[in-house]
Amino acid sequence: MALPGDGLIQLTPQGLYCPAADAWIDPWRPVSRALITHGHADHARPGCGAYWAVRSGEGVLRQRLGSGIALTGVGYGEELRLGEALVSFHSAGHVLGSAQIRITAGDETWLISGDYKRDDDPSCAPFEPVTADVLITEATFGLPIYRWRPGRQVAAEILSWWREAPQRPSLLFAYAFGKAQRLLAELAALGVEEEVLLHGAVQTLMAPYRSAGVVLPPTRPLSELPRGESLAGRLVIAPPSAHRSPWMKRFKAPQTAFVSGWMAVRGARRRRGFERGFALSDHADWDGLLRSVHDCGARQVYVTHGNSDGLARFLREERGLAAEPLGRAFVGQRSEEGELEGAAAPSVA
Amino acid sequence: MQAFADLIQQLERSAGTKDRVTALATHLQAAEAADGAWALALLLGKRRRRLITGRRLRQICLERSGLPEWLFDSCHAQVGDSAETIALLLPELALPPAPPLELSLATWMETRLPALAALESEAQAEAVLAIWAALPDGQCFLFNKLLTGGFRVGVAAGLVTRALAQVSGLEEAELAHRLMGGFDPSAAAMEALLAPIEDGAAAPISRPYPFCLASPLEPEHLAATDPAGWQVEWKWDGIRAQLIRRSGQTFLWSRGEELINASFPELEGMAERLEPGTVLDGELTVWLAQAPQPAGFGPLQRRLGRQKPGAALLRECPAAFIAYDLLERGAQDLRPEPLSQRRTALEALVQELQEAVATPAAGLLRLSPVLPLGSWDELQALRQQARSVGAEGLMLKALDSAYGVGRRRGLWWKHKLEPMELDAVLLYAQAGSGRRANLYTDYTFGLWDGDGHLVTFAKAYSGLDNSEINELDRWIRRHTTERFGPVRAVDPLQVFTLGFEGLQRSSRHRSGLAVRFPRILRWRRDRTPESADSLSSALALLEDPAAQRSTAQR
Repeated sequence: MALPGDGLIQLTPQGLYCPAADAWIDPWRPVSRALITHGHADHARPGCGAYWAVRSGEGVLRQRLGSGIALTGVGYGEELRLGEALVSFHSAGHVLGSAQIRITAGDETWLISGDYKRDDDPSCAPFEPVTADVLITEATFGLPIYRWRPGRQVAAEILSWWREAPQRPSLLFAYAFGKAQRLLAELAALGVEEEVLLHGAVQTLMAPYRSAGVVLPPTRPLSELPRGESLAGRLVIAPPSAHRSPWMKRFKAPQTAFVSGWMAVRGARRRRGFERGFALSDHADWDGLLRSVHDCGARQVYVTHGNSDGLARFLREERGLAAEPLGRAFVGQRSEEGELEGAAAPSVA
Repeated sequence: MQAFADLIQQLERSAGTKDRVTALATHLQAAEAADGAWALALLLGKRRRRLITGRRLRQICLERSGLPEWLFDSCHAQVGDSAETIALLLPELALPPAPPLELSLATWMETRLPALAALESEAQAEAVLAIWAALPDGQCFLFNKLLTGGFRVGVAAGLVTRALAQVSGLEEAELAHRLMGGFDPSAAAMEALLAPIEDGAAAPISRPYPFCLASPLEPEHLAATDPAGWQVEWKWDGIRAQLIRRSGQTFLWSRGEELINASFPELEGMAERLEPGTVLDGELTVWLAQAPQPAGFGPLQRRLGRQKPGAALLRECPAAFIAYDLLERGAQDLRPEPLSQRRTALEALVQELQEAVATPAAGLLRLSPVLPLGSWDELQALRQQARSVGAEGLMLKALDSAYGVGRRRGLWWKHKLEPMELDAVLLYAQAGSGRRANLYTDYTFGLWDGDGHLVTFAKAYSGLDNSEINELDRWIRRHTTERFGPVRAVDPLQVFTLGFEGLQRSSRHRSGLAVRFPRILRWRRDRTPESADSLSSALALLEDPAAQRSTAQR
């Protein structure tokens, strides 16, 4: 299923395109003008002529796409005129600086959700419900088996997992941008004042979060620690790609855990080969998706990512909404939040 | 049941063998005898009775939640297990809060679960819902699993016996032996199992010995040894069995510890001629009286699982027990004796019996011949002959070895024939279950027919490593052309070399061929689909298995 060819937003080989604004939203390939929902690699790509994104996400974007990019920072809710269109960015609650993008032209308003969640997260602004005529929503976790518990509760479990192994290093694998900082902020909220060690990939994201004023425990890059210093009882946060990599040689008998929404399912936990799996996601769970679709009040819904077919069918058959999956272009299944498995840029639109 | 649920979780979480054994031992030590007995039976996979079908639980879940069936099925495809799917979907049921229900494992297994199974439809649904509402978080999955009989823990039996050894102070081999032939979970059985040797009650006469198992040959371990130190035999293409004659009774056990007397009455008759206190280890085959070799696995399959076979089947597919080891004679355990001595005794026993009875009954018990091997250079040539005598390879057993418990590397080696091979094209894929849930790992392959169409030939689930599985999974998602429920049709572009043990004609398969134990040998990225094999090359293999092109020629 593709978008209608004459709509306010169209699907092109570069990604979602708004002719009225002459701009693409999270384009897959270099384009002249790009509106970016957030800095994860499958949403923000280098090489575009000009970028618009939320101001609090600017630091991360410049770090990832280059400090010299032509980027206009926008405040949440601020209205922007681009060509014939009115564009505004609204908090998505996904990661620091993440946004839903609302575009109005003529008598029609569209909302592109980007990635979002409804759960509390002390490391970023909360989700803001926004109304529109047409909604394009993600459905990464679009099945009723996915239902998140509060982040604080999961963080408390992680804390006791760490505390219960004073003789071993505790290696916590979490997506480097967003999840890692959310966990740190939750730990700080639980009273952790102890220094947490970080893999280099996580370390690079700390400055933007600290300058945004997020309360975090002290952190230090693992690489700054003298060789041979005991890591027993230390908490180390690293991206999942470091699991079973040579980087792990440094640790003697570590305990390992992976924090991801996928860990809600036993088979996924066993397949990944981590000792523990903590189910925590920065995407909306089933209830969060349904609630957001409802809150938006759109007459037409398009669904991307994950179980797009299933969510669209549910909305159509059980809720009587006009809802369609958005084709093969977004089919790639994400392995971790924000990370696409396989070829990042789909070859067909 | 909470303690058992915690144990399962602990086993799932601990990576090291030592931690797992400690967790098991701690649990078995602390549990009441009756609960420990049930835990043991469940861990060993000896209790898998299905009390309610997964389908029935699904129905109860659907009726209460109002979820559409297709959505439940999508969830199931993602989870790969209906017990867990339902446990994850419980919030959808909006069950009223209930005081927590905590019962012992034995109470659940002996009383509550069977009582649930006995209820009529409406009452059963109500009772299941009431339990779901009252179970603590982690127990719902376990409860569903126990109810549907699908409970399986990823813990090797060897670890369980090691834990039992820690608890009881007995040898692992002794415990492995005591556990053979079934374990009936009860406090009394648990106490008998762990009782010291002196005051252990007399073992049941039906109890088999643990089978000695072979490892795939690692030639480098042999090269330095003297071929004369090894007994070389055919690796027969039947099923492993143990024939016990004690106190005037006969017990024929399969390797899976099933009593299969009823399926093989002619062997029961033959066994009556064995002296009391005799145990034979050997291969169960179908072997026609005048034939030079066994009839193959197909005819044997007709006999397996058939209780009380009729006269016609007995005539068409007569069984034979090919003996290759003697474990007990004159009620004495011969396992500690070296193989050379056991063999001498076995040969004498078989000869006696064959002389005592008239043919054709003599064909019921056969001796697995010892094959001559002068030097290791002759090994390959000998192995190549296996197919011509209906065997699937060679066995090598150390002549000075005692009969081991389980798989003890270095005592027994198996050297199977190279599989037959064909290059086939991937046509369909389906997600696996359990560890492979939501990962496309069940593949269907096709060969070319005479009209330029790909015809389904075989399914295969194994042979790729994890990174290949992940890569292929991504490829499948991007190259899906059509979906049929959980099955995806893909662009016919990927070629794989399949290995298999044999082919049989079959009217039930579209290709007209049934394939035995197909698996993936290699992902042939170097081949185009056009260069894959055709049905006619498969038929040529069926006619003449020796016609297999060698890999070097391809």
